[in-house]
Amino acid sequence: MIVSHKIWHLGADVDTDALAPGAWMQYGIDVVAQHSLENLLPAFAREVQPGDVIVAGPNFGIGSSREQAASALVQLGIAAVIAPSYGGLFFRNAFNLGLLLLTCTQTERLQKEERLVLDGSGPAILLQSGARLDCEPVPEFLLKMARAGGLLPSLKQRLARERDAAGIAHG
Amino acid sequence: MIKPQSLAQKIIARAAGRETVRVGEIVNCRVDLAMFHDSSGPRRLKPMLEELGAQIWDKSRVVLVMDHYLPERNEESRKIVRIARDWANEQALPYVYDGLGICHVVVPEHGHIAPGMFCVGGDSHSPTGGAFGAYMFGIGSTEMLGVVVTGEIWLSVPKTIAMNWSGRLAAGVCAKDMILAMIARFGINGANYQAVEFTGSAVRALPMQERMTLCNMSAELGAQTGLVAPDVVTREWLTQAGAAVPIDLGTLQSDPGSTDQQHDLDASTLSPQLAAPHSPARGVTLAEHSSTRIDVAYIGACTGAKLDDLHFAAEVLRGRKIAPSVQLMVAPASLKDRAHAEADGTLQALTDAGASILPSTCGACAGYGDSFRENQTVISSTARNFRGRMGPASTQVFLGSPYTVAASALRGYITDPREVLQ
Repeated sequence: MIVSHKIWHLGADVDTDALAPGAWMQYGIDVVAQHSLENLLPAFAREVQPGDVIVAGPNFGIGSSREQAASALVQLGIAAVIAPSYGGLFFRNAFNLGLLLLTCTQTERLQKEERLVLDGSGPAILLQSGARLDCEPVPEFLLKMARAGGLLPSLKQRLARERDAAGIAHG
Repeated sequence: MIKPQSLAQKIIARAAGRETVRVGEIVNCRVDLAMFHDSSGPRRLKPMLEELGAQIWDKSRVVLVMDHYLPERNEESRKIVRIARDWANEQALPYVYDGLGICHVVVPEHGHIAPGMFCVGGDSHSPTGGAFGAYMFGIGSTEMLGVVVTGEIWLSVPKTIAMNWSGRLAAGVCAKDMILAMIARFGINGANYQAVEFTGSAVRALPMQERMTLCNMSAELGAQTGLVAPDVVTREWLTQAGAAVPIDLGTLQSDPGSTDQQHDLDASTLSPQLAAPHSPARGVTLAEHSSTRIDVAYIGACTGAKLDDLHFAAEVLRGRKIAPSVQLMVAPASLKDRAHAEADGTLQALTDAGASILPSTCGACAGYGDSFRENQTVISSTARNFRGRMGPASTQVFLGSPYTVAASALRGYITDPREVLQ
């Protein structure tokens, strides 16, 4: 089944403080998520649906190390972010939290689009016109981690394996 | 033949148990030091550690600093700080600095960072540690969990971009102006998550805290870290702080031909810099804002309120009074810097001029509680002026050096400090 995703459009230099505003950082992620992007897209947190994607300009996620910037988008059900470049720290945080980021230099070609299809095998993006936009390759271990839900589930699996191995050795 | 290695590569290679590393390869590194604070640390790590049923890999390599939610101002912040204190006790963490100042200043002050170390911090301004010739970078809380459980972290070996500063800074110009100039020129993500090394005679001439300012804001250049190769200045400062400094610093230098890119910049012709709302990269001239009135002048944070920064401000303000319409707030970066500034008369000079002295915490810079009001125009010695960070979306924050902030407080509008320096 081919799933098409609704697009939320954002400009360049979307910072972590816009994604996870400081005044709400004292609360849990459910509260932070309700204020995500409120200064840029006031309707976003209210209207976003699980499976929607964000298409943004360069330098998405610049700024702070606060991973709530990525987990707020996970909390709201964002399927992927597509941008030409990312803040380096945000890039790591996103995969650690199970949020897929696609690096695509041609996001301006998506400006008038309302929906798109993600082609996981590429990674690539398919437009309704049939056009295909290739994205930069993502290291396999990061993709695997994001698919598993992030670093925490991966660590769980790793520790379970180590405990099993230790159990066998001592058994 | 061994390919020449940059300082960054040498530190990464040692941490990865390798002779050399190639740019772009992904390696696993052993972590020498993991630092986190009340916001990124215990409140996030404790529940995840419990979920995993895992332990801290090496408590002697962990440092916890309470700085973001102090002083507690409501039930939520009290809860966050209480969690940190209780967890520190429960875990019997050997290194906890509670209310002594901001992590990036307090950690080196207590001798935890030395040249050649591979360090991570649960905060984006962690590259400050690079000023000491360590490889230090910021990570999120979940990634910190990985470090705390395994003692390891992966890394794509970065290119090294040399920012080579010749000449010598003029009076009234400082490291904050150098880094603002680089951010304006190369952009907010200009370093593309590679390593930046600050080199040249103008960098060598900088005292330690000024080097910290350069490396601190390499975060705003988009670098994974910023480094200054260790020398006699590093050794002297760290020896006083009680750090174990390697005897031979000669190997902790970039080999000739190891950097991927070099930008040559001249400190002698550098003038005071200004970043306009709402980006550290929005470089504008002071002259074009000479009629911009300010409501608040803020000297604070790990970036802009260390002892050297307080000295710069006092150079401008000693024996004078700030404009009556301006509120000047000074939040010394650590209690140690504050005590020095008290002892040498700097704090007195600032309060006599009309400054109010705030607690040594992240304060308005983090925007986690204390923030500026609607429509206020602020000039600040801190690192970030993103819309909505330090106040409501309508707050206008300009970034400048402590000299420029002090000069602007004096006149009540944005002022080139060279016009008023005594």
